[in-house]
Amino acid sequence: MTSTAMAPTLAAPAVNERANALRRMKTGDASFRLMTQAAAFVVLALLLGVAISLFIGAWPAFREFGLGFLTSDAWSPPKERFGAAAAIYGTLVTAIIAMVIGVPVGLGIAVFLTELCPPALRRPIGVAIELLAGIPSIIYGIWGVYYFKPFMQAYAEPFLINTLGAIPGIGALFAGPPLGYGVFTAGVVLAVMILPFVTAIARDVFETVPPVLKEAAYGLGMTTFEVVGNIVLPYTRVGVIGGVMLALGRALGETMAVTFVIGNATHISTSILSQGTTISAMIANQFADADPGLFTSSLLALGFILFIITFIVLAAARLMLARLNAQGAR
Amino acid sequence: MASPIYVRRRANNVLWSSLCYAATAFGLVWLGLILGALLWNGVGGLSLDVFTKMTAPPGVVGGLLNSIVGSLIQTLLGLLLAAPIGILAGTYLAEYGRHHKISHVIRFINDILLSAPSIVVGLFVYQFCVVPFGHFSALAGGVALAVIATPIIVRTTEDMLGLVPNTLREAASALGVPRALVIRHIAYRSVMSGLVTGILLAIARMTGETAPLIFTALGNSLFTVDVTKPMSSLPLIIYEFARSPYAEQQKLAWTGALIVTAAVLSLSIFARVVSAPSKGR
Repeated sequence: MTSTAMAPTLAAPAVNERANALRRMKTGDASFRLMTQAAAFVVLALLLGVAISLFIGAWPAFREFGLGFLTSDAWSPPKERFGAAAAIYGTLVTAIIAMVIGVPVGLGIAVFLTELCPPALRRPIGVAIELLAGIPSIIYGIWGVYYFKPFMQAYAEPFLINTLGAIPGIGALFAGPPLGYGVFTAGVVLAVMILPFVTAIARDVFETVPPVLKEAAYGLGMTTFEVVGNIVLPYTRVGVIGGVMLALGRALGETMAVTFVIGNATHISTSILSQGTTISAMIANQFADADPGLFTSSLLALGFILFIITFIVLAAARLMLARLNAQGAR
Repeated sequence: MASPIYVRRRANNVLWSSLCYAATAFGLVWLGLILGALLWNGVGGLSLDVFTKMTAPPGVVGGLLNSIVGSLIQTLLGLLLAAPIGILAGTYLAEYGRHHKISHVIRFINDILLSAPSIVVGLFVYQFCVVPFGHFSALAGGVALAVIATPIIVRTTEDMLGLVPNTLREAASALGVPRALVIRHIAYRSVMSGLVTGILLAIARMTGETAPLIFTALGNSLFTVDVTKPMSSLPLIIYEFARSPYAEQQKLAWTGALIVTAAVLSLSIFARVVSAPSKGR
């Protein structure tokens, strides 16, 4: 009925109008698609831009010092001698300390939340641990300086010096006066900062374990610890390692908290209680005051090295997590 | 009685379980200590002066007005850049290019940007927005924050659009609605709370970022709303005042730290509340 009533009004102008509307929709459609595509390529361009702009800025330093830039621990702005070894060393050592402490604790919390926690407390405690990830880096820094550093100086470091420091061999790692500032303090603060990331990912992958598997194990009389060790961890191994790598990426690049507590000494010491620096702390500390030229270029070169290291670690982490997702989809 | 093997297994279980309890206590104690210290040192400094006076040299009663305004301006700049790019890019990954090869690459790159060191982002923006113009500016700070925020928004947008049932899209398409309108009027609308969550999380992240601002926005002890000039912000002033030898500046640093943390944590909790109902559906 409607069609017969409409038919006479479908004269030429109306047809044109419809064609126009369709054309408008078509261009609207194409342009929206193009906009989204362009935005997606912006993301790609960002990473390329970071890599290229840092490399261009770092080139004078690389040209001047060559590979020696990586192995020299000289850092002397007045003499224009720069080397990355002290900063790379500090970055790796703080990250290792952070992983040694942060990963077991983070996994422990994840096990607690998935296996041991009373259901009523699961959400509040989970949220509290996530809040730890939400606290900005600078807050860890100011807290570290005013509270954690004095604590380390007065209690933890004298204790370590008197116990572990007396053992021949590893004693050298815990030598020197208790300064409070130092590589070890920075590593512990980093450990707390990466802990929520380890927990979050471990929790997610622990939950992918089919309940039937766990129930079967419990049914055979396994204890909670045995279920976690023999069923949950082997099943989620790849994902857990991916999460750990992700946390490592964070620990390597963390800046503000480390800058506050590491002491910013630009040389390498064997003792982890002595002051040191990391790539990011060095850049944060010196970049704004650096003279243009070789000094600035060397700091950009440090940034480029940090970018490459974290890129490799994060890429490995993502590939592992992606493999787990593919496994889960099967 | 129980044989030794049972005793050992049970003891092992008790030992490891208690270590897990201890780990959780460790995490919670840190959170408590940090929040406690913030409240203890920060609340006392909260006064009208903090919100009405400028940062001042030692000896003069100062506040944080220029830093608070600076933080708001730069976060807004970052958001204005990151939100459209992030949502559009997320849309491409979830809608047009879901199975396209290049999407896998972009997704991978985005995940890496998501946890890339923020200091490196600062260096990039320095090279890109400070060197060509020859001076530090709030605009460069905003760009740096946008680079941090974009991957967060891309990721949440893509995840959220992935939750839209395909039948909904097909129903709209069957009515002859063009793809762009299906996305804007059907898909966006059905996951609006999720998109807002992503933006709130991005704002929270930007609010607390310090490293990328040190050599892009630089900081400024004077009040300014001119985005081509160096500008102060709360994280930068905390960084400066926390290392100051003067008690009144240290006190302001703690007050600033309290304000930043309160803003960041309430934004992330708010984001959780916003996203909660859509999860239930």
